[in-house]
Amino acid sequence: MATTIEAPRSPYSRAPRSRGINWEKWGWMYMRASGLVLVVLIFGHLIVNLVLGDGIKAIDFAFVGGKWSNPFWQVWDCLMLWLAMIHGANGMRTLVNDYASHRTTRGILKGALLFSVIVLITLGTLVIFTFDPCPAGAPADLLASFCPAS
Amino acid sequence: MSRTETGTHAPGSLAPTGKRPQGTLYRGREGMWSWVLHRITGIAIFFFLLVHILDTALVRVAPEAYNAVMSTYKNPIMGLGETALVGAIAFHAYNGIRIILIDFWTKGPKYQKVMFYVVIGLWVVTMAGFVPRHLMNVFSEVGH
Ligand code: HEM
Ligand code: HEM
Repeated sequence: MATTIEAPRSPYSRAPRSRGINWEKWGWMYMRASGLVLVVLIFGHLIVNLVLGDGIKAIDFAFVGGKWSNPFWQVWDCLMLWLAMIHGANGMRTLVNDYASHRTTRGILKGALLFSVIVLITLGTLVIFTFDPCPAGAPADLLASFCPAS
Repeated sequence: MSRTETGTHAPGSLAPTGKRPQGTLYRGREGMWSWVLHRITGIAIFFFLLVHILDTALVRVAPEAYNAVMSTYKNPIMGLGETALVGAIAFHAYNGIRIILIDFWTKGPKYQKVMFYVVIGLWVVTMAGFVPRHLMNVFSEVGH
């Protein structure tokens, strides 16, 4: 078989890919789309929790009780949790690809990322939707004002 | 990505210099430093978020447990940490929008340098509004 030598300075081209989903492209799109939504979600989170009212001073169990008895904030936080964890972990995956030079190191680090994302998203989602603002037997002065005095 | 025509020096200054070949956005100067900061802030926010989900999960343990951890967030040293965190978020968010504009807006690469200074400007305004407010809250808590 004759060897073909490309003409010097011919433009770089890669074989067109036709089969399968281009995951890297959708990951790239996801970083940008989720980023835009996260601007609204995180800025809203920080304004409500750190700036309005007494800011950080006001945050305690009763504060969370007040927010998570409202489905609006439950959905807000749940979206923020999923979008930010996946965005952050996918960004960290880029870093692993850039800096970890051994195949096994990359595998271990990406495995750890995937594991922590799955565990924390599951935990965070359960926490939001199984939360009880008025747990029985808890001292009433620690709870939101709408809780029946225990 | 659009390349500067040979000989013309576009406002975005992708023009070649002694150290930087033509048409490179991420090597040297604003293009590179914005990228370095974007990386560092992204990593910092990610690790904060891991801890933050765990500390929030304490609401499922006991009101006392959650309040105990939250009270540590109210001491002055943590207050400075929260200020740094908000600074990181604000930079990452504004510069993220800049990256999106570079990628999708036809004039984005041309104005990337201008947009970097817009990011810095917005960041300064945000922090000027936030820092006094937050530190007042944090330091008025001292001794209570
Ligand atoms: C506030 C809204 C946010 C916006 C607008 C935003 C935007 C972006 C964009 C456009 C990228 C570049 C992706 C690429 O080059 O393909 C990126 C990367 C990244 N983001 Fe965000 N992001 C936001 C929030 C977050 C949060 C909450 C985290 C952490 C949980 C995070 C962690 C990262 C990391 C680790 C990277 C990778 C950095 C790199 O490859 O150099 N970002 N972000
Ligand atoms: C120092 C700044 C922050 C404070 C004081 C704070 C405070 C809180 C509080 C009190 C909650 C309980 C529910 C609620 O109020 O909505 C919460 C939940 C949450 N926060 Fe933050 N937050 C801060 C920064 C952030 C940042 C920067 C992010 C995103 C990267 C974030 C993401 C979340 C998420 C995802 C939840 C839900 C956690 C779960 O599902 O268990 N927070 N935060």
